Amino acid sequence: MSTATTVRRTALNETMRKAGGKMVDFHGWELPIEFAGILKEHEAVRKSAGIFDVSHMGQVFVTGADAFKLLQITNANDLRKATPGKGVYSHVTNEKAGLVDDIIAFCLAADRYLVIVNATTSTKDYEWFKSQGARMHVKVENKSDDYSMIAIQGPNVPKMFDTFAPEALKLPRFGIVEKDLHGEHCYISRTGYTGEDGFEITAPHSIINKLWDEMLELGRPYGIVPCGLGARDTLRLESGYLLYGQDVDDVHTTYESGYGWVVSLDKGDFIGRSILADQKANGVQRRLTGLTLTGGVPRPGCKIFMDGKEVGELNSATYSPTLKKGIGVGYVTPPGLKPGTPLEVEIRGRRVKAEVSQMPFHKGTAFSKILYTGKP
Amino acid sequence: MSKPEELKYTKTHEYLHPGAEAIVGISDHAQHEMGDVVFVELPKVGQKLEKEKPCAVVESVKSAFDIYAPVSGEVTAVNAAVTGEPALLNQSPLENGWMFKIKPSNPAEAETLMDWTAYQDFVKQAAH
Repeated sequence: MSTATTVRRTALNETMRKAGGKMVDFHGWELPIEFAGILKEHEAVRKSAGIFDVSHMGQVFVTGADAFKLLQITNANDLRKATPGKGVYSHVTNEKAGLVDDIIAFCLAADRYLVIVNATTSTKDYEWFKSQGARMHVKVENKSDDYSMIAIQGPNVPKMFDTFAPEALKLPRFGIVEKDLHGEHCYISRTGYTGEDGFEITAPHSIINKLWDEMLELGRPYGIVPCGLGARDTLRLESGYLLYGQDVDDVHTTYESGYGWVVSLDKGDFIGRSILADQKANGVQRRLTGLTLTGGVPRPGCKIFMDGKEVGELNSATYSPTLKKGIGVGYVTPPGLKPGTPLEVEIRGRRVKAEVSQMPFHKGTAFSKILYTGKP
Repeated sequence: MSKPEELKYTKTHEYLHPGAEAIVGISDHAQHEMGDVVFVELPKVGQKLEKEKPCAVVESVKSAFDIYAPVSGEVTAVNAAVTGEPALLNQSPLENGWMFKIKPSNPAEAETLMDWTAYQDFVKQAAH
């Protein structure tokens, strides 16, 4: 268990420091905020390749005859989409349709699932799954302490995998393959939090440094760079991805967060379904709205105004290196504002012109229908 | 052109190139700690500044930083180049990335600031 006074270090901690990582405390984990600089790292991922230590992420394994049943009842998305070798992005919902967490549930086999959960919520998720599955034939294991995780992201990353893991290149977006690497059982998925094509590898601590070095070597021709939490945040926000604890939480619902496509009302019952069905029919009062600014850098907490009236505040906001302007998302009432609607954001007491943006702000290669499948 | 040894430093990492028209900017250490600078808000020419009071803002991708006046006085010039190209603060904090010029109202105030040696020690201590 981590407490406020003990900082947890990943198995890559030494490697991060030696690579010049500026280490910070991120929700109790010591992780690099940046190496060569957020702008350089951001650009490397958008244009070529970057690598991240994401070992703070958690792994919950759900196995047994009722594994599917448990995940289907606890998730807003339809787990039938996750056939063996595939995963789905989903929201784990509570009775009030708030989010216990946002996760990716990978089906490894009909009775075996790997759920990738957020760092801050891994214990909560584990206990939630365990209590919901108490009367089911299912085993829930929190193996977050046993695994490290790296993310290799960028349009040139698939080419790095030509020799390393050609089977991973056959994966669709959200596909997963189990593979022995350096003699250990690992999981390679075509996923990420940057909006670019790429992979995430879940592996035991004992080989993660070897894998890291191997990726740097394979990525050398493409100028791969180590990336920190700073670039991870600018990349994910440009891509419209949610950050649990900042954009969504136990209170805000999936429809309010603008992720209605995650909700499968017709799959059968699940926790929070009736509230979501009601919101679908009658609409929501507030909605996570993306906006771009004409000047200045917005930050979380900045107030949003429309026609001089306060209509919400920013949950996530930063400078977008791709758009070269401030971007942010915040819950706005009324919901459903059209892109281009003029707004204002208050930065240090001054109102800056903004407008409602389409989401995502930027579509990287992860949004492409056609992915690299290997050398012909 | 300023050399680090010619400058005076504050505990909040601004530098002052002393003179009748003193130059103010951020130290190389400061720009390194801030990371990529993407927005700069400068004081206005003619504005009267008070020592140690916020007078400008530097925003990096990560965060916003207040800039405090190293000495009291009146702003005589601002470097408009850095508002157009904020990265100058990273690339050249002591030269092209200067922020504004000030006519000190009390020249003795500059004497209270750290010299280069003292500032280096200050930065080292803060790191531990």
